[in-house]
Amino acid sequence: MSTVAVFIERRGGVIKRAALEAVTAARSLADTVIALEIGRGELDVLASYGVHEVVSIEHPLLERYSSQAAAEAIAQWIQQRPVEALLFGATAMGKELAPRVAVLLDAAYLPDCIALSKSDGHIQATRPLYAGKVRATVQPLTSRTVFSLRPNMFTARMCDEATNPVQSTFTPTLDQNHCRVVVTDIVRNDGKLDVLEADIIVSGGRGMKGPEHFVLIEELASVLGGAVGASRAVVDAGWRPHSEQVGQTGKTVSPNLYLACGISGAVQHLAGMSSSKVIAAINKDKDVPIFKVADYGIVGDVFEVIPKLIEHIRALKQRGTS
Amino acid sequence: MTILVCISYVPDTAAKIGVTSDGTALQLEGVKYILNPYDEFAIEEALLQRERHGGRVVALTVGPDAAKEILRTALAMGVDSAAIVPATTFDSFGVASNIAAYAKAIDASLIIVGRQSIDHDSFQMASTVGALLGFPSISVVSKLEISGDRVYAERDIEGGKELLEATLPLVVSVQKGINNPRYPKLPEIMKAKSKPIETVEPITVPPRATMVRFEVPQLKRANKILGDSDADIAEFIRLLHEEAKVL
Repeated sequence: MSTVAVFIERRGGVIKRAALEAVTAARSLADTVIALEIGRGELDVLASYGVHEVVSIEHPLLERYSSQAAAEAIAQWIQQRPVEALLFGATAMGKELAPRVAVLLDAAYLPDCIALSKSDGHIQATRPLYAGKVRATVQPLTSRTVFSLRPNMFTARMCDEATNPVQSTFTPTLDQNHCRVVVTDIVRNDGKLDVLEADIIVSGGRGMKGPEHFVLIEELASVLGGAVGASRAVVDAGWRPHSEQVGQTGKTVSPNLYLACGISGAVQHLAGMSSSKVIAAINKDKDVPIFKVADYGIVGDVFEVIPKLIEHIRALKQRGTS
Repeated sequence: MTILVCISYVPDTAAKIGVTSDGTALQLEGVKYILNPYDEFAIEEALLQRERHGGRVVALTVGPDAAKEILRTALAMGVDSAAIVPATTFDSFGVASNIAAYAKAIDASLIIVGRQSIDHDSFQMASTVGALLGFPSISVVSKLEISGDRVYAERDIEGGKELLEATLPLVVSVQKGINNPRYPKLPEIMKAKSKPIETVEPITVPPRATMVRFEVPQLKRANKILGDSDADIAEFIRLLHEEAKVL
């Protein structure tokens, strides 16, 4: 009997997809999947994804999020259960929390995994190194292991039949000393979709020739229901905010579709998007490196091509809905 | 206040990294190494905090002898002293354990690292070192203000920012946007060449994980590159819709 626990991250009361991806991965590795949450949330989503048990960690000191207190609470619960692995989504929260829990448990921490498998009864992970140039299969050497899973690399799948999870509450022993860092507020970026949460990203580079032309990128992203991304060059030039930067010193993304417009594809840029499921590019120079990693490309002028793409996509969406 | 800034010596972003034919080892011969790009922000932040609050800045690296090169960069930028833990075989946990031990030895109250090192990209050093020392930590910080022993920080999360309050001692990892790293001037670069670098006795901890196999991912990209005629644009849309099924 193997047991794997999954940390359920919620933002604004909603379970993050990365957590459901981890639940699905856990189901293929273990007989028993335990969902571990801070506070009590809705049970039905977790049931539909096949969780067998839900443990709600409750304590007055957890009302304001503290990575230190959360790690302590999670570790205290794990210590009293024979859990072989603990999975996190490799989100901003997961990447901060998971290594802390691992230290408290004397467990190995395998970050940003893109595949998990079982070998001789032990869970092994595949993870990218050197911005994806190499992949390593990593074998933990500890009795318990903490993993974080790169978002959108595992598919979240509902079960044919929902489970009927056993629900329990765990009260950790915490004091103020565990809360020496707390989140006091969250500021959202004015309703814009973030590249880290988008299924589709439309990115613009220096080929857009000026900040005023990014209205084209924004419109294309909007008809696709995607987020706007940017290359380092245009962020450094002050055309776009750093929160949109994809690549080294920016964000690493793996959307279903990454559409690069007027981006040549410097190695620093490729480092942040090469694990995208589908890569498409528009560039007037057929020899730019982005075409070497692209699935689909158009050699042409972004200012002529993008408006035509917008038209086609609008027509396609209308056909889809009529 | 003693500020410890930890920096790493990593293969250049553009370096070609290979794998031996049996897949059991990496091929790193001839690869050029650089100061990890995020660590420039870490050094700059340490210097800025020293300018505001006084104290000293110590730069530390865990790595081979050649990594002294990046400590000299840190010295040229203005850190007060530099130290190396000579080690090449540690996993991330081993590196963190050595950082934590050294931080304790020099009684550091603020430890600053880069958001990630571009070799293993694991984003874990701030949390791991923090947990080992029993200190709070904040990862991916884009703004840091210290007032007495209170700390106000901002960190980037999906779709926004978190505002945080913490107390010293603290470990933070920083990222682009927090500051503009200074360029060392030639006289400082020359002076840094002859400054002493402390060698710290490594502590050995059992590894927690081992890399058993390596592979270079095979690019399985459709690579259908079209022109810009109307027919090509229609085909491009069809491919995304029907073949790739992403529209």
